[in-house]
Amino acid sequence: MMIETTALRKSFKTRGGTVDAVRGVDLAVADGEIFGFLGPNGAGKTTTLRMLATLIEPDGGEATVAGADLRNDPGEVRRRIGYVAQGGSTWDEVSAREELVLQARLYGIGKAEAQRRTQRALDAFQLTDFADRKCKTYSGGQRRRVDVALGIIHEPKIVFLDEPTTGLDPQSRAHMWDEVRRLRDEGVTIFLTTHYLDEADALCDRISIMDGGEVVAEGTPEDLKREISGDVVTLGMSGGIVDKAREVLDREPYTRWSEAVDDGVRLYVEAGATSIPHMLRSLDVAGIEPASIELHRPSLDDVFLAKTGRSLRES
Amino acid sequence: MKLARDTWLLFQRQFSLVLRNPVWIVVGIIQPLYYLFLFGPLLKKALQAQSNGELSSSDAYRFFVPGVLVQLAIFATFFVGFALISELRAGVIERTRVTPVSRLAMLLGRSLRDVVTLLFQCALITVLSIPLGLTGRLGDILLAFALLALIALMLSSLSYAVALKLRSEDALAPLLNTVGVPILLLSGILLPLTYAPHWLQNTAKFNPFSWAVDGARALFNGNPGDPNVWKSLVILSVLTLLSVVWAARSFAKSVR
Repeated sequence: MMIETTALRKSFKTRGGTVDAVRGVDLAVADGEIFGFLGPNGAGKTTTLRMLATLIEPDGGEATVAGADLRNDPGEVRRRIGYVAQGGSTWDEVSAREELVLQARLYGIGKAEAQRRTQRALDAFQLTDFADRKCKTYSGGQRRRVDVALGIIHEPKIVFLDEPTTGLDPQSRAHMWDEVRRLRDEGVTIFLTTHYLDEADALCDRISIMDGGEVVAEGTPEDLKREISGDVVTLGMSGGIVDKAREVLDREPYTRWSEAVDDGVRLYVEAGATSIPHMLRSLDVAGIEPASIELHRPSLDDVFLAKTGRSLRES
Repeated sequence: MKLARDTWLLFQRQFSLVLRNPVWIVVGIIQPLYYLFLFGPLLKKALQAQSNGELSSSDAYRFFVPGVLVQLAIFATFFVGFALISELRAGVIERTRVTPVSRLAMLLGRSLRDVVTLLFQCALITVLSIPLGLTGRLGDILLAFALLALIALMLSSLSYAVALKLRSEDALAPLLNTVGVPILLLSGILLPLTYAPHWLQNTAKFNPFSWAVDGARALFNGNPGDPNVWKSLVILSVLTLLSVVWAARSFAKSVR
Protein backbone atom coordinates (compact mmCIF):
# COMPACT_ATOMS: atom_id res chain seq x y z
CA MET A 1 0.00 0.00 0.00
CA MET A 2 1.26 3.47 -0.86
CA ILE A 3 -0.87 5.17 1.77
CA GLU A 4 -2.65 3.70 4.77
CA THR A 5 -4.41 5.81 7.35
CA THR A 6 -6.49 4.96 10.38
CA ALA A 7 -8.77 7.40 12.14
CA LEU A 8 -6.92 10.50 10.92
CA ARG A 9 -8.33 13.59 12.62
CA LYS A 10 -7.82 17.34 12.53
CA SER A 11 -9.73 20.24 14.06
CA PHE A 12 -9.08 23.95 13.74
CA LYS A 13 -9.83 26.62 16.28
CA THR A 14 -11.57 29.59 14.78
CA ARG A 15 -13.24 32.60 16.31
CA GLY A 16 -16.60 30.84 16.07
CA GLY A 17 -15.32 27.76 17.95
CA THR A 18 -13.71 24.48 16.98
CA VAL A 19 -14.21 23.11 13.49
CA ASP A 20 -13.72 19.38 13.02
CA ALA A 21 -12.26 19.53 9.52
CA VAL A 22 -11.37 15.85 9.31
CA ARG A 23 -13.00 13.36 11.66
CA GLY A 24 -11.53 9.91 11.47
CA VAL A 25 -10.49 9.12 7.93
CA ASP A 26 -9.42 5.59 6.98
CA LEU A 27 -7.78 5.26 3.60
CA ALA A 28 -5.88 2.68 1.61
CA VAL A 29 -4.22 3.81 -1.62
CA ALA A 30 -2.56 1.10 -3.72
CA ASP A 31 0.73 1.45 -5.59
CA GLY A 32 0.42 2.89 -9.08
CA GLU A 33 -3.20 3.98 -9.02
CA ILE A 34 -4.87 7.34 -9.54
CA PHE A 35 -6.78 7.82 -6.34
CA GLY A 36 -9.35 10.60 -6.22
CA PHE A 37 -10.80 12.45 -3.31
CA LEU A 38 -14.21 13.71 -4.40
CA GLY A 39 -16.29 16.08 -2.34
CA PRO A 40 -17.69 19.58 -2.11
CA ASN A 41 -15.59 22.54 -0.94
CA GLY A 42 -15.03 22.35 2.80
CA ALA A 43 -15.41 18.56 2.93
CA GLY A 44 -11.92 18.16 4.41
CA LYS A 45 -10.12 17.00 1.27
CA THR A 46 -7.36 19.59 1.30
CA THR A 47 -6.84 19.25 5.07
CA THR A 48 -6.39 15.49 4.70
CA LEU A 49 -3.98 16.01 1.82
CA ARG A 50 -1.97 18.56 3.79
CA MET A 51 -1.70 16.19 6.73
CA LEU A 52 -0.44 13.39 4.48
CA ALA A 53 2.07 15.81 2.91
CA THR A 54 3.48 16.73 6.39
CA LEU A 55 2.28 20.33 6.13
CA ILE A 56 0.01 20.11 9.16
CA GLU A 57 0.14 17.76 12.09
CA PRO A 58 -2.81 15.43 12.64
CA ASP A 59 -4.58 15.69 16.00
CA GLY A 60 -5.07 11.95 16.08
CA GLY A 61 -4.81 8.74 14.09
CA GLU A 62 -2.02 6.96 12.28
CA ALA A 63 -0.72 7.10 8.73
CA THR A 64 1.95 5.47 6.63
CA VAL A 65 2.90 7.30 3.45
CA ALA A 66 5.17 5.64 0.87
CA GLY A 67 6.38 3.27 3.57
CA ALA A 68 7.34 5.97 6.09
CA ASP A 69 5.49 6.73 9.29
CA LEU A 70 3.88 10.15 9.09
CA ARG A 71 4.11 11.00 12.78
CA ASN A 72 7.52 9.61 13.64
CA ASP A 73 9.40 10.26 10.43
CA PRO A 74 7.94 13.21 8.51
CA GLY A 75 11.40 13.93 7.04
CA GLU A 76 11.43 10.57 5.27
CA VAL A 77 7.86 11.13 4.05
CA ARG A 78 8.98 14.46 2.53
CA ARG A 79 11.82 12.77 0.67
CA ARG A 80 9.43 10.24 -0.89
CA ILE A 81 6.45 12.37 -1.86
CA GLY A 82 5.66 15.24 -4.18
CA TYR A 83 2.98 17.78 -3.42
CA VAL A 84 1.30 20.26 -5.72
CA ALA A 85 -0.79 22.83 -3.90
CA GLN A 86 -4.00 24.33 -5.18
CA GLY A 87 -2.91 27.94 -5.51
CA GLY A 88 0.37 27.71 -7.40
CA SER A 89 3.95 27.57 -6.20
CA THR A 90 6.26 29.75 -8.29
CA TRP A 91 8.04 33.08 -7.91
CA ASP A 92 6.81 35.55 -10.52
CA GLU A 93 10.24 36.84 -11.50
CA VAL A 94 11.86 33.45 -12.04
CA SER A 95 11.74 31.11 -15.04
CA ALA A 96 10.41 27.55 -15.07
CA ARG A 97 13.91 26.24 -15.73
CA GLU A 98 15.38 28.03 -12.71
CA GLU A 99 12.50 26.86 -10.54
CA LEU A 100 12.93 23.22 -11.58
CA VAL A 101 16.69 23.25 -11.03
CA LEU A 102 16.32 24.81 -7.57
CA GLN A 103 13.55 22.39 -6.63
CA ALA A 104 15.66 19.38 -7.64
CA ARG A 105 18.61 20.76 -5.71
CA LEU A 106 16.48 21.23 -2.60
CA TYR A 107 16.04 17.46 -2.65
CA GLY A 108 19.81 17.07 -2.50
CA ILE A 109 20.34 16.40 -6.21
CA GLY A 110 23.63 17.65 -7.68
CA LYS A 111 23.77 20.55 -10.13
CA ALA A 112 24.46 18.62 -13.34
CA GLU A 113 21.84 15.97 -12.60
CA ALA A 114 19.34 18.68 -11.63
CA GLN A 115 19.84 20.35 -15.01
CA ARG A 116 19.40 17.03 -16.85
CA ARG A 117 16.19 16.27 -15.00
CA THR A 118 14.93 19.78 -15.57
CA GLN A 119 15.37 19.42 -19.34
CA ARG A 120 13.58 16.07 -19.24
CA ALA A 121 10.68 17.51 -17.24
CA LEU A 122 10.46 20.56 -19.53
CA ASP A 123 10.21 18.26 -22.54
CA ALA A 124 7.73 15.89 -20.92
CA PHE A 125 5.41 18.68 -19.85
CA GLN A 126 5.84 20.61 -23.13
CA LEU A 127 7.31 23.63 -21.38
CA THR A 128 10.52 23.91 -23.38
CA ASP A 129 9.36 26.76 -25.65
CA PHE A 130 9.02 29.22 -22.79
CA ALA A 131 11.24 27.57 -20.18
CA ASP A 132 13.43 30.65 -19.86
CA ARG A 133 10.66 33.22 -19.61
CA LYS A 134 9.52 34.53 -16.23
CA CYS A 135 6.72 32.52 -14.64
CA LYS A 136 4.50 35.58 -14.44
CA THR A 137 4.17 35.54 -18.23
CA TYR A 138 2.65 32.02 -18.32
CA SER A 139 -0.97 31.14 -18.90
CA GLY A 140 -2.98 29.35 -16.20
CA GLY A 141 -2.53 25.98 -17.86
CA GLN A 142 1.22 26.49 -18.36
CA ARG A 143 1.67 27.52 -14.72
CA ARG A 144 -0.22 24.48 -13.56
CA ARG A 145 2.05 22.24 -15.63
CA VAL A 146 5.10 23.91 -14.09
CA ASP A 147 3.60 23.27 -10.64
CA VAL A 148 3.14 19.58 -11.41
CA ALA A 149 6.62 19.33 -12.93
CA LEU A 150 8.02 20.85 -9.70
CA GLY A 151 6.12 18.20 -7.73
CA ILE A 152 7.71 15.28 -9.58
CA ILE A 153 11.24 16.56 -10.35
CA HIS A 154 12.74 14.39 -7.60
CA GLU A 155 10.93 11.30 -8.92
CA PRO A 156 8.71 10.65 -5.91
CA LYS A 157 6.80 7.41 -5.44
CA ILE A 158 3.58 9.32 -4.93
CA VAL A 159 2.43 12.80 -5.86
CA PHE A 160 -0.42 14.70 -4.25
CA LEU A 161 -2.35 17.02 -6.56
CA ASP A 162 -4.75 19.39 -4.86
CA GLU A 163 -7.50 20.27 -7.37
CA PRO A 164 -5.14 20.08 -10.35
CA THR A 165 -7.68 21.36 -12.88
CA THR A 166 -9.63 23.97 -10.92
CA GLY A 167 -9.76 27.21 -12.88
CA LEU A 168 -8.42 25.71 -16.12
CA ASP A 169 -10.14 26.03 -19.48
CA PRO A 170 -11.43 22.75 -21.03
CA GLN A 171 -8.40 22.31 -23.27
CA SER A 172 -5.85 22.79 -20.48
CA ARG A 173 -7.95 20.49 -18.36
CA ALA A 174 -7.80 17.69 -20.94
CA HIS A 175 -4.08 18.31 -21.25
CA MET A 176 -3.67 17.96 -17.47
CA TRP A 177 -5.60 14.68 -17.46
CA ASP A 178 -3.18 13.35 -20.06
CA GLU A 179 -0.22 14.40 -17.91
CA VAL A 180 -1.70 12.66 -14.87
CA ARG A 181 -2.31 9.45 -16.80
CA ARG A 182 1.20 9.59 -18.23
CA LEU A 183 2.64 9.85 -14.73
CA ARG A 184 0.55 6.89 -13.60
CA ASP A 185 1.80 4.90 -16.59
CA GLU A 186 5.35 5.72 -15.53
CA GLY A 187 4.59 4.09 -12.18
CA VAL A 188 3.88 7.13 -10.01
CA THR A 189 0.94 6.83 -7.63
CA ILE A 190 -1.35 9.84 -7.90
CA PHE A 191 -3.52 11.12 -5.08
CA LEU A 192 -5.72 13.98 -6.23
CA THR A 193 -8.65 15.95 -4.93
CA THR A 194 -11.42 17.25 -7.08
CA HIS A 195 -14.92 18.57 -6.85
CA TYR A 196 -15.64 17.72 -10.48
CA LEU A 197 -17.73 14.57 -10.94
CA ASP A 198 -16.58 14.00 -14.51
CA GLU A 199 -12.95 14.30 -13.47
CA ALA A 200 -13.34 11.71 -10.73
CA ASP A 201 -15.23 9.45 -13.11
CA ALA A 202 -12.96 9.72 -16.12
CA LEU A 203 -9.54 10.06 -14.52
CA CYS A 204 -9.51 8.11 -11.27
CA ASP A 205 -8.98 4.40 -10.83
CA ARG A 206 -10.49 4.56 -7.39
CA ILE A 207 -12.24 7.30 -5.44
CA SER A 208 -13.24 8.20 -1.94
CA ILE A 209 -16.24 10.43 -1.55
CA MET A 210 -15.77 12.84 1.31
CA ASP A 211 -18.38 14.94 3.02
CA GLY A 212 -18.31 16.83 6.30
CA GLY A 213 -14.84 15.56 7.22
CA GLU A 214 -15.71 11.90 6.71
CA VAL A 215 -15.36 9.34 3.95
CA VAL A 216 -18.89 8.36 2.97
CA ALA A 217 -18.06 5.92 0.15
CA GLU A 218 -15.01 4.33 -1.41
CA GLY A 219 -14.38 2.19 -4.47
CA THR A 220 -13.90 2.33 -8.22
CA PRO A 221 -16.27 4.73 -9.95
CA GLU A 222 -17.88 1.67 -11.60
CA ASP A 223 -18.40 -0.18 -8.31
CA LEU A 224 -19.86 2.87 -6.63
CA LYS A 225 -22.30 3.39 -9.44
CA ARG A 226 -23.20 -0.30 -9.46
CA GLU A 227 -23.87 -0.10 -5.74
CA ILE A 228 -26.68 2.27 -6.57
CA SER A 229 -27.71 -0.40 -9.15
CA GLY A 230 -30.47 -0.18 -11.64
CA ASP A 231 -31.37 2.99 -13.46
CA VAL A 232 -32.26 6.55 -12.68
CA VAL A 233 -35.42 8.07 -14.09
CA THR A 234 -35.86 11.83 -13.87
CA LEU A 235 -39.41 13.08 -14.28
CA GLY A 236 -39.76 16.77 -14.96
CA MET A 237 -42.76 18.51 -13.38
CA SER A 238 -43.69 21.72 -11.67
CA GLY A 239 -42.72 22.03 -8.01
CA GLY A 240 -46.30 21.99 -6.70
CA ILE A 241 -47.02 18.39 -7.68
CA VAL A 242 -43.65 16.85 -6.83
CA ASP A 243 -44.74 15.67 -3.39
CA LYS A 244 -47.92 14.13 -4.72
CA ALA A 245 -46.03 12.33 -7.50
CA ARG A 246 -43.52 10.93 -5.03
CA GLU A 247 -46.36 9.69 -2.84
CA VAL A 248 -47.80 7.80 -5.78
CA LEU A 249 -44.50 6.43 -7.07
CA ASP A 250 -43.09 5.40 -3.67
CA ARG A 251 -45.96 2.87 -3.41
CA GLU A 252 -44.90 1.13 -6.64
CA PRO A 253 -42.96 -2.16 -6.34
CA TYR A 254 -40.20 -1.18 -8.83
CA THR A 255 -39.27 2.02 -6.92
CA ARG A 256 -36.17 1.70 -4.74
CA TRP A 257 -36.30 5.28 -3.56
CA SER A 258 -37.11 8.72 -4.84
CA GLU A 259 -35.66 12.20 -4.41
CA ALA A 260 -37.12 15.61 -5.05
CA VAL A 261 -34.82 17.58 -7.35
CA ASP A 262 -35.06 20.92 -9.14
CA ASP A 263 -38.26 20.89 -11.16
CA GLY A 264 -39.05 17.22 -10.73
CA VAL A 265 -38.54 13.83 -9.15
CA ARG A 266 -35.57 11.54 -9.42
CA LEU A 267 -36.47 7.90 -9.15
CA TYR A 268 -34.07 5.01 -8.58
CA VAL A 269 -35.50 1.86 -10.12
CA GLU A 270 -34.39 -1.72 -10.90
CA ALA A 271 -34.94 -1.55 -14.63
CA GLY A 272 -35.82 1.76 -16.21
CA ALA A 273 -37.07 0.62 -19.60
CA THR A 274 -39.73 -1.71 -18.23
CA SER A 275 -40.88 0.47 -15.36
CA ILE A 276 -41.45 3.68 -17.31
CA PRO A 277 -44.80 2.53 -18.81
CA HIS A 278 -46.05 1.53 -15.32
CA MET A 279 -44.86 4.82 -13.96
CA LEU A 280 -46.73 6.86 -16.56
CA ARG A 281 -49.90 4.85 -15.99
CA SER A 282 -49.83 5.31 -12.21
CA LEU A 283 -49.21 9.03 -12.59
CA ASP A 284 -51.99 9.29 -15.15
CA VAL A 285 -54.43 7.64 -12.72
CA ALA A 286 -53.41 10.24 -10.13
CA GLY A 287 -53.95 13.00 -12.69
CA ILE A 288 -50.28 13.91 -13.02
CA GLU A 289 -48.65 14.43 -16.38
CA PRO A 290 -44.86 14.82 -16.33
CA ALA A 291 -43.42 17.51 -18.59
CA SER A 292 -40.39 15.40 -19.48
CA ILE A 293 -38.97 12.00 -18.80
CA GLU A 294 -35.34 10.98 -18.89
CA LEU A 295 -33.66 7.63 -18.29
CA HIS A 296 -29.97 7.37 -17.44
CA ARG A 297 -27.40 5.20 -15.73
CA PRO A 298 -26.45 6.33 -12.21
CA SER A 299 -23.68 8.93 -12.13
CA LEU A 300 -21.29 9.69 -9.30
CA ASP A 301 -23.62 12.52 -8.40
CA ASP A 302 -26.32 9.90 -7.79
CA VAL A 303 -23.85 8.07 -5.57
CA PHE A 304 -23.15 11.29 -3.68
CA LEU A 305 -26.86 12.00 -3.39
CA ALA A 306 -27.57 8.50 -2.13
CA LYS A 307 -24.82 8.72 0.50
CA THR A 308 -25.33 12.27 1.72
CA GLY A 309 -28.87 13.19 0.78
CA ARG A 310 -27.54 16.20 -1.16
CA SER A 311 -26.44 16.72 -4.69
CA LEU A 312 -22.79 17.57 -5.21
CA ARG A 313 -23.85 20.09 -7.84
CA GLU A 314 -25.85 22.02 -5.26
CA SER A 315 -23.23 22.05 -2.52
CA MET B 1 26.78 20.57 5.86
CA LYS B 2 23.22 20.07 4.65
CA LEU B 3 22.27 23.26 6.47
CA ALA B 4 25.04 25.20 4.73
CA ARG B 5 24.09 23.80 1.31
CA ASP B 6 20.37 24.46 1.77
CA THR B 7 21.06 27.96 3.08
CA TRP B 8 23.32 28.72 0.12
CA LEU B 9 20.71 27.48 -2.39
CA LEU B 10 17.95 29.59 -0.88
CA PHE B 11 20.25 32.58 -0.39
CA GLN B 12 21.18 32.49 -4.09
CA ARG B 13 17.53 32.48 -5.08
CA GLN B 14 16.68 35.30 -2.69
CA PHE B 15 19.65 37.39 -3.74
CA SER B 16 18.90 36.93 -7.42
CA LEU B 17 15.38 38.25 -6.73
CA VAL B 18 16.95 41.45 -5.35
CA LEU B 19 19.32 41.83 -8.29
CA ARG B 20 16.46 41.34 -10.76
CA ASN B 21 14.49 44.19 -9.30
CA PRO B 22 16.00 47.48 -10.52
CA VAL B 23 13.71 49.47 -8.22
CA TRP B 24 15.12 47.77 -5.15
CA ILE B 25 18.66 48.42 -6.26
CA VAL B 26 18.06 52.13 -6.88
CA VAL B 27 16.14 52.55 -3.63
CA GLY B 28 18.78 50.61 -1.73
CA ILE B 29 21.50 52.96 -2.94
CA ILE B 30 19.59 56.24 -2.73
CA GLN B 31 18.12 55.77 0.73
CA PRO B 32 21.43 55.81 2.61
CA LEU B 33 22.47 58.90 0.66
CA TYR B 34 19.46 60.80 1.98
CA TYR B 35 20.69 60.39 5.53
CA LEU B 36 24.17 61.42 4.62
CA PHE B 37 23.48 64.50 2.53
CA LEU B 38 20.09 65.73 3.70
CA PHE B 39 20.46 65.12 7.43
CA GLY B 40 24.21 64.96 8.08
CA PRO B 41 24.98 68.69 7.52
CA LEU B 42 22.08 69.67 9.79
CA LEU B 43 23.13 67.39 12.60
CA LYS B 44 26.75 68.48 12.31
CA LYS B 45 25.75 72.12 12.87
CA ALA B 46 23.41 71.18 15.73
CA LEU B 47 26.09 69.18 17.51
CA GLN B 48 28.70 71.86 17.01
CA ALA B 49 26.32 74.51 18.37
CA GLN B 50 25.73 72.43 21.50
CA SER B 51 29.42 71.94 22.14
CA ASN B 52 30.14 75.66 21.65
CA GLY B 53 32.09 74.98 18.51
CA GLU B 54 34.58 72.59 20.16
CA LEU B 55 33.37 69.65 18.11
CA SER B 56 35.33 69.15 14.91
CA SER B 57 33.73 67.99 11.68
CA SER B 58 35.39 64.61 12.16
CA ASP B 59 33.93 64.28 15.68
CA ALA B 60 30.48 65.08 14.38
CA TYR B 61 30.65 62.39 11.72
CA ARG B 62 32.04 59.85 14.16
CA PHE B 63 28.94 60.49 16.23
CA PHE B 64 26.54 60.73 13.35
CA VAL B 65 27.59 57.90 10.99
CA PRO B 66 27.37 54.99 13.47
CA GLY B 67 23.93 56.26 14.54
CA VAL B 68 22.73 56.42 10.95
CA LEU B 69 24.11 52.94 10.27
CA VAL B 70 22.21 51.47 13.23
CA GLN B 71 19.07 53.26 12.18
CA LEU B 72 19.44 51.94 8.66
CA ALA B 73 20.04 48.43 10.05
CA ILE B 74 16.80 48.69 12.02
CA PHE B 75 14.63 50.08 9.26
CA ALA B 76 16.06 48.12 6.36
CA THR B 77 15.44 44.80 8.08
CA PHE B 78 12.43 45.41 10.27
CA PHE B 79 10.00 45.33 7.35
CA VAL B 80 11.34 42.36 5.37
CA GLY B 81 8.36 40.30 6.55
CA PHE B 82 6.27 41.99 3.88
CA ALA B 83 8.12 40.14 1.14
CA LEU B 84 7.49 36.89 2.98
CA ILE B 85 3.75 37.49 3.01
CA SER B 86 3.70 37.79 -0.77
CA GLU B 87 5.78 34.59 -0.95
CA LEU B 88 3.23 32.88 1.28
CA ARG B 89 0.51 33.98 -1.08
CA ALA B 90 2.43 32.76 -4.14
CA GLY B 91 2.74 29.32 -2.52
CA VAL B 92 6.54 29.18 -2.59
CA ILE B 93 6.79 28.77 1.18
CA GLU B 94 4.48 25.79 1.14
CA ARG B 95 6.32 24.29 -1.80
CA THR B 96 9.61 24.58 0.09
CA ARG B 97 8.10 23.18 3.27
CA VAL B 98 7.17 19.87 1.63
CA THR B 99 10.78 19.36 0.53
CA PRO B 100 13.27 17.95 3.04
CA VAL B 101 15.07 21.31 3.09
CA SER B 102 16.27 22.48 6.51
CA ARG B 103 13.74 24.78 8.21
CA LEU B 104 16.60 26.86 9.61
CA ALA B 105 17.90 27.28 6.05
CA MET B 106 14.50 28.63 4.98
CA LEU B 107 15.08 31.42 7.49
CA LEU B 108 18.82 31.92 7.04
CA GLY B 109 18.67 31.98 3.23
CA ARG B 110 16.41 35.00 3.55
CA SER B 111 18.00 36.68 6.56
CA LEU B 112 21.50 36.44 5.13
CA ARG B 113 20.26 38.11 1.96
CA ASP B 114 19.01 40.93 4.20
CA VAL B 115 22.34 41.07 6.05
CA VAL B 116 24.36 41.23 2.83
CA THR B 117 22.25 43.98 1.27
CA LEU B 118 22.41 45.96 4.51
CA LEU B 119 26.19 45.66 4.81
CA PHE B 120 26.51 46.87 1.23
CA GLN B 121 24.47 49.97 2.08
CA CYS B 122 26.47 50.53 5.27
CA ALA B 123 29.75 50.26 3.38
CA LEU B 124 28.47 52.82 0.91
CA ILE B 125 27.65 55.31 3.66
CA THR B 126 30.93 54.74 5.45
CA VAL B 127 33.05 55.20 2.34
CA LEU B 128 31.18 58.31 1.25
CA SER B 129 31.61 59.79 4.72
CA ILE B 130 35.39 59.66 4.55
CA PRO B 131 35.75 62.75 2.31
CA LEU B 132 33.29 64.51 4.65
CA GLY B 133 35.63 64.04 7.57
CA LEU B 134 35.00 60.58 8.98
CA THR B 135 38.09 58.85 10.29
CA GLY B 136 38.54 55.48 11.96
CA ARG B 137 40.56 52.24 12.06
CA LEU B 138 39.53 49.50 9.63
CA GLY B 139 39.51 46.80 12.32
CA ASP B 140 37.22 48.81 14.58
CA ILE B 141 34.86 49.59 11.73
CA LEU B 142 34.70 45.94 10.70
CA LEU B 143 33.75 45.07 14.29
CA ALA B 144 31.05 47.73 14.11
CA PHE B 145 29.84 46.07 10.92
CA ALA B 146 29.62 42.75 12.79
CA LEU B 147 27.37 44.53 15.26
CA LEU B 148 25.22 45.81 12.40
CA ALA B 149 25.05 42.31 10.90
CA LEU B 150 23.75 40.99 14.24
CA ILE B 151 21.05 43.67 14.32
CA ALA B 152 20.03 42.80 10.76
CA LEU B 153 19.94 39.07 11.43
CA MET B 154 17.94 39.53 14.61
CA LEU B 155 15.37 41.96 13.21
CA SER B 156 14.85 40.18 9.91
CA SER B 157 14.28 36.90 11.81
CA LEU B 158 11.75 38.61 14.05
CA SER B 159 10.07 40.22 11.07
CA TYR B 160 9.74 36.86 9.30
CA ALA B 161 8.45 35.13 12.42
CA VAL B 162 5.81 37.81 12.97
CA ALA B 163 4.85 37.73 9.27
CA LEU B 164 4.33 33.96 9.48
CA LYS B 165 2.05 34.51 12.48
CA LEU B 166 0.01 37.40 11.10
CA ARG B 167 -0.06 36.49 7.39
CA SER B 168 -1.44 39.84 6.34
CA GLU B 169 0.18 43.12 5.37
CA ASP B 170 -2.70 44.98 6.96
CA ALA B 171 -1.86 43.58 10.38
CA LEU B 172 1.92 43.63 9.94
CA ALA B 173 2.36 47.32 9.04
CA PRO B 174 0.80 48.91 12.16
CA LEU B 175 2.43 46.35 14.44
CA LEU B 176 5.93 46.97 13.09
CA ASN B 177 5.47 50.72 13.21
CA THR B 178 4.21 50.63 16.78
CA VAL B 179 7.23 48.66 17.88
CA GLY B 180 9.74 50.37 15.62
CA VAL B 181 9.20 54.00 16.53
CA PRO B 182 9.91 53.75 20.30
CA ILE B 183 12.92 51.56 19.53
CA LEU B 184 14.27 54.32 17.34
CA LEU B 185 13.47 57.17 19.71
CA LEU B 186 14.97 55.37 22.69
CA SER B 187 18.18 54.39 20.97
CA GLY B 188 19.91 57.77 21.10
CA ILE B 189 20.51 57.54 17.39
CA LEU B 190 19.56 61.06 16.46
CA LEU B 191 20.67 62.84 19.63
CA PRO B 192 22.69 61.46 22.53
CA LEU B 193 20.52 60.29 25.42
CA THR B 194 22.66 62.31 27.83
CA TYR B 195 20.20 65.14 27.16
CA ALA B 196 17.27 62.95 28.23
CA PRO B 197 15.63 63.06 31.69
CA HIS B 198 16.59 60.23 34.05
CA TRP B 199 13.49 58.11 33.64
CA LEU B 200 13.95 58.16 29.87
CA GLN B 201 17.61 57.19 30.19
CA ASN B 202 16.63 54.32 32.47
CA THR B 203 14.00 53.12 30.01
CA ALA B 204 16.54 53.29 27.19
CA LYS B 205 18.82 50.89 29.11
CA PHE B 206 16.28 48.17 28.25
CA ASN B 207 16.56 48.97 24.55
CA PRO B 208 19.21 46.72 23.01
CA PHE B 209 19.66 49.16 20.15
CA SER B 210 20.66 51.89 22.52
CA TRP B 211 23.54 49.62 23.57
CA ALA B 212 24.27 48.93 19.92
CA VAL B 213 24.50 52.64 19.14
CA ASP B 214 26.84 53.23 22.08
CA GLY B 215 28.98 50.27 21.04
CA ALA B 216 29.14 51.37 17.42
CA ARG B 217 30.04 54.94 18.43
CA ALA B 218 32.84 53.70 20.67
CA LEU B 219 34.21 51.68 17.76
CA PHE B 220 34.04 54.57 15.30
CA ASN B 221 35.81 56.69 17.91
CA GLY B 222 38.65 54.19 18.07
CA ASN B 223 37.83 52.80 21.54
CA PRO B 224 37.35 49.04 21.02
CA GLY B 225 38.14 48.58 24.73
CA ASP B 226 35.08 50.59 25.79
CA PRO B 227 32.79 48.27 27.86
CA ASN B 228 29.86 49.29 25.65
CA VAL B 229 31.50 47.38 22.81
CA TRP B 230 31.58 43.93 24.37
CA LYS B 231 28.31 44.52 26.20
CA SER B 232 26.50 45.41 22.99
CA LEU B 233 28.00 42.43 21.16
CA VAL B 234 26.94 40.03 23.93
CA ILE B 235 23.43 41.46 24.28
CA LEU B 236 22.82 41.40 20.53
CA SER B 237 24.31 37.91 20.09
CA VAL B 238 21.96 36.47 22.71
CA LEU B 239 18.90 38.25 21.31
CA THR B 240 19.83 37.27 17.76
CA LEU B 241 20.13 33.62 18.77
CA LEU B 242 16.71 33.69 20.43
CA SER B 243 15.12 35.39 17.42
CA VAL B 244 16.64 32.93 14.96
CA VAL B 245 15.46 29.94 17.00
CA TRP B 246 11.96 31.36 17.26
CA ALA B 247 11.75 32.22 13.57
CA ALA B 248 13.12 28.85 12.43
CA ARG B 249 10.48 27.14 14.57
CA SER B 250 7.83 29.31 12.93
CA PHE B 251 9.00 28.14 9.51
CA ALA B 252 8.76 24.54 10.69
CA LYS B 253 5.32 24.92 12.18
CA SER B 254 3.53 27.54 10.13
CA VAL B 255 0.00 26.25 9.61
CA ARG B 256 -2.31 26.88 6.65
